[in-house]
Amino acid sequence: MTSVLESLNRGLHAAFAQDERVYLIGEDLLDPYGGAFKVSRGLSSQYPERVWTSPVSEAAITGVAAGMALRGLRPVVELMFGDFSTLIADQLINSITKFPVMFNGAASVPIVIRTPMGGRRGYGPTHSQTLEKLYLGVPGLRVLAPNTLSDPGELLRRAILEQDDPVFFIENKVLYPKAVQDTESLKDFDIDLAQDGFAPVHTLRLKGAPAPHLTLTAYGYMAELAREALTRLAFEHEIFCELVVPSQLAPLPASGGLEASLAASLQHSGRLLTIEEGTYSLGWGAEQVARAAQHLGSRLLAARRVAAAEAPIPAARSLEEAALPSVEHIITAAREMV
Amino acid sequence: MRAMPDHAALYRQLYTIRRFEETVLDAFPKGAFYGTTHTYIGQEANAVGVLSHLHAGDIVFSNHRCHGHFIAYGGDLRALFAELMGKATGVCGGLGGSQHLHWRDFYSNGVLGSTAPIAVGTALAEKQKGSVAITVLFLGDGAMGEGTVYESLNIAALWSAPILFVVENNHIAQTTPTDLAMAGSLTGRFAAFGIPAAEMDSNDVADIYAAAEHELAELRRTRTPRALVLNTTRFGPHSKGDDTRDPTYIDELRATRDPLTLHATQLAAAERQAIESEVDALIAAAYAQAEADPVPQPAKAGI
Repeated sequence: MTSVLESLNRGLHAAFAQDERVYLIGEDLLDPYGGAFKVSRGLSSQYPERVWTSPVSEAAITGVAAGMALRGLRPVVELMFGDFSTLIADQLINSITKFPVMFNGAASVPIVIRTPMGGRRGYGPTHSQTLEKLYLGVPGLRVLAPNTLSDPGELLRRAILEQDDPVFFIENKVLYPKAVQDTESLKDFDIDLAQDGFAPVHTLRLKGAPAPHLTLTAYGYMAELAREALTRLAFEHEIFCELVVPSQLAPLPASGGLEASLAASLQHSGRLLTIEEGTYSLGWGAEQVARAAQHLGSRLLAARRVAAAEAPIPAARSLEEAALPSVEHIITAAREMV
Repeated sequence: MRAMPDHAALYRQLYTIRRFEETVLDAFPKGAFYGTTHTYIGQEANAVGVLSHLHAGDIVFSNHRCHGHFIAYGGDLRALFAELMGKATGVCGGLGGSQHLHWRDFYSNGVLGSTAPIAVGTALAEKQKGSVAITVLFLGDGAMGEGTVYESLNIAALWSAPILFVVENNHIAQTTPTDLAMAGSLTGRFAAFGIPAAEMDSNDVADIYAAAEHELAELRRTRTPRALVLNTTRFGPHSKGDDTRDPTYIDELRATRDPLTLHATQLAAAERQAIESEVDALIAAAYAQAEADPVPQPAKAGI
């Protein structure tokens, strides 16, 4: 078995081996530590010239990487916690994503900013958030979020080497130890694989299931919970679902279009349940529901969102559990919709 | 041996920037331009003195007050007028406007201080690539209020970025005098990070030319960061009509510290007048061309 963490680590190693323009900048990167979550382990030993452990200066290291990218390198920034993305927001919004367009196509900023997001580790209000919703809709920013259904390291490697747009790469913390799935572990599912650029979009349904009553969509770690909910809904409640798992959160199809796999599933089910770990209002799920409504009109029979409570994430285990989406929340919402 | 500056060439640059900026301020109320602008009148000697020493491939990062830097870098006058007018022929096809220019190795952004880490990154990139290019970053006293500047100074020193930080202290940030916004000293800020900082208080381009020549030679020799603090004067408003200072104070600055008057003494009157007439004609032609140029197509802007 390969864990998500190992896969990401391999993806970084592969990118470094393949292209000497690849650099990594971040805090506490040096071996044996290898970054706070160990995703960067081994890189500083193997590529000491290209792995720069940095001061605690998120804005500056992001800006430095932007400057390197402007001049033809392909830097990766490791932000220790996604919560600290607020510190790089100016670089991201007013420089990195602006240069390619406002300089009339004469500059590109091929940078990948990777960061862990998400709760369930007891880190409390400022180290547990899922903040990518703040950056969805920033023009020019590609936001990717790997899951266990395909190789997260390959998604990262391709984002580093093949993508000239700035990329914000969201790694849910709880995903790190999870196994990357294989045909054996997914043997109960029929899976359709589509591509959104090089980002995979998976559609899952239980083998032999009838036409779906409901379409679930989730990304990152929430896709794990949604898969479990899908199985239990079928076996315990005879509600049959399809689960659509994108790994690109932004940009979305132009002109308000609905992502093709989601559109295909909704043609059958007419009901959409979105699941995200970000807060409920004004988020990723809201956008999916809006697009589904535009696309389907009166054929959209029902739509709901499961998301985190609109409150700071508490440190106490019991309260944190209550604040974040769970399999039970998904099942409850699904049962109320069908 | 130190090369003598070409006084006629320096004067031509100073005068070109001055006439360009005066043209902008004159034409703005007539509706020729759209948006806003920040003119460089009174500070011309800084851009000209420093950027006279650039080599091909050197990188320049500028700020909101970037027209003078752009012109001293060698930027085209028609393209700059056109950019301010929102024309397709503008430096950035009308997408950037007055504060956001990019041409060759010249970049500017109007978000104060945001350019500091990016400029450091460009310097580090060139060093890693084995190029001899250096980066010059222009900051104003106002930008020194931004925290990211200090993160960047730390990293520049720590990682030996070949960059010259040029702080143009015009003693006022928009309408706020520097005394109300800055504790400590400018050179002290660089000293704290072990970055050698020279300071000047002159609007004479010959002085700035000599100081910059020394700083850039040392920068190329040592490949480690340096700073040049230029105490200077802004004769015009922050942008178009927002000068809250006493007009008699501005008159006094113009009478005693005008870079053009200070440098005019180096040239014979006839030579100076010839340069001025020539530049006047160039600017008039550039303006007329830009005015006749077409507006951009929305598709270029991703709209």
